[in-house]
Amino acid sequence: MSNRLINWFRYGSPQSFYPLAGRLVPWFAAAAAITGAAGLWIAFFVAPTDAQQGEAYRIIFVHVPASWLSMFLYIVMACWAGLGLTLNTRLSAMMAHAIAPTGAMFAFLSLWSGALWGRPTWGTYWVWDARLTSELVLFFLYLGYMALNAAIDDPRRADRASAVLALVGVVNVPIIYFSVKWWNTLHQGASVSLTRAPSMAATMLTGMLVMAIAFWMYSIAVALMRVRSIMLEREAHTDWARELKESAA
Amino acid sequence: MSEPSVGAAIAGVVRRDLLLAARRKSEPLFTLGFFVLVASLFPLSIGPEPDLLKRIAPGVLWVAALLAAMLSLGRMFAADYDDGTLEQLALAPVPLVAAAAGKVLAHWLVSGFPLVVVSPVLALQYGLPADVIAMLMLSLLIGTPVLSLVGAIGAALTLGVRGGGVLVALLVLPLYVPALIFGAGAVDAKLAGLSPAANLSLLGACLALAAVFAPLATAAGIRIALE
Repeated sequence: MSNRLINWFRYGSPQSFYPLAGRLVPWFAAAAAITGAAGLWIAFFVAPTDAQQGEAYRIIFVHVPASWLSMFLYIVMACWAGLGLTLNTRLSAMMAHAIAPTGAMFAFLSLWSGALWGRPTWGTYWVWDARLTSELVLFFLYLGYMALNAAIDDPRRADRASAVLALVGVVNVPIIYFSVKWWNTLHQGASVSLTRAPSMAATMLTGMLVMAIAFWMYSIAVALMRVRSIMLEREAHTDWARELKESAA
Repeated sequence: MSEPSVGAAIAGVVRRDLLLAARRKSEPLFTLGFFVLVASLFPLSIGPEPDLLKRIAPGVLWVAALLAAMLSLGRMFAADYDDGTLEQLALAPVPLVAAAAGKVLAHWLVSGFPLVVVSPVLALQYGLPADVIAMLMLSLLIGTPVLSLVGAIGAALTLGVRGGGVLVALLVLPLYVPALIFGAGAVDAKLAGLSPAANLSLLGACLALAAVFAPLATAAGIRIALE
């Protein structure tokens, strides 16, 4: 038991995590490529054409998984940030930093694909729908996190300050979501309902889930690659990083 | 010498900040001037039709109040950070949370409460009826403390950071969304002849939540900045 514990904490140090991350990246990248190919195959060839929306609905296979991942990654990022803040581990904060750009990318992808989907189906690129608006706010939260990180020169301080911001953000995400939702129902404005055809075909759901797994694997692979770069950047002065450089040369 | 109580610490910080604000009268007036100016720009840009102005007044006045409150965040801790007062507060035998709460309260009294007092004048310019003006004041009375509380987190985290002013806007404005929605929503509901109770309750819930957690996060932010 105690042996196991020690093993887990061993990977809390950049020195031992760096090679582990390097070994894991190809596996996750391969998983992302395989599930991505399978998901796209389902999306384009297996899933039936939608009765109301025609072929345009197929963007759902990118749009919905991207939205899921953008929300999920924010929570994961906040967990790493909280872990780093409470346990004072260097690696946790680095993981949070590594996840942020990918999360922001997915939030942007979700907004962008949503606009492209909205044009043919609703006749407009943007409506002030609850989900669109809260996704936009989420995107700004990611930008704020990264901006705060970039603005503080001392990495230790940047870690901790942005961790507090990530935790404040994660408390606010549900509040923002519900406030925007109620605002939308109260206003009764351009009420375009996002609820699609009553029963979603099983193949569509399968396709979305497979694509979500693909995006998830991609996120892990990219976050690990990014965290490796961050580790090298921060630990450039240490012996293990120097040894790595010498052995590579 | 007995240790000072938390209440006394909060009162002390508030008294000191109010005294400082009274000595430098121009700064609180900037916030107020900004609020009035922004609210007057909208009729100039949109046109003087009374119906339209009445319709947009709740949103415009709330956004103007929100921007004015945000503008004053920069100096909530900056001067105390520069001259070392903040460090002394952190070393004091009372929790830093108390000092943070005091700073927030003082900030609201100097920059938030005057907005509530001036808002009826602006609301009259927009032609709002008396009962809606009362609702606007009530919603601002509940909402502006939320702005000060949440803003304090952003102000603490950006202490001594390059481009802090713009950064604090990027950090804080997304977090202001719920307060804006419920605050303007309450006034809107009143204007439409509906019950504003739901929006007001939710705004009150935001205030309760922020009053508990924001000083903790602010104190954490100050400690990080002082390290």
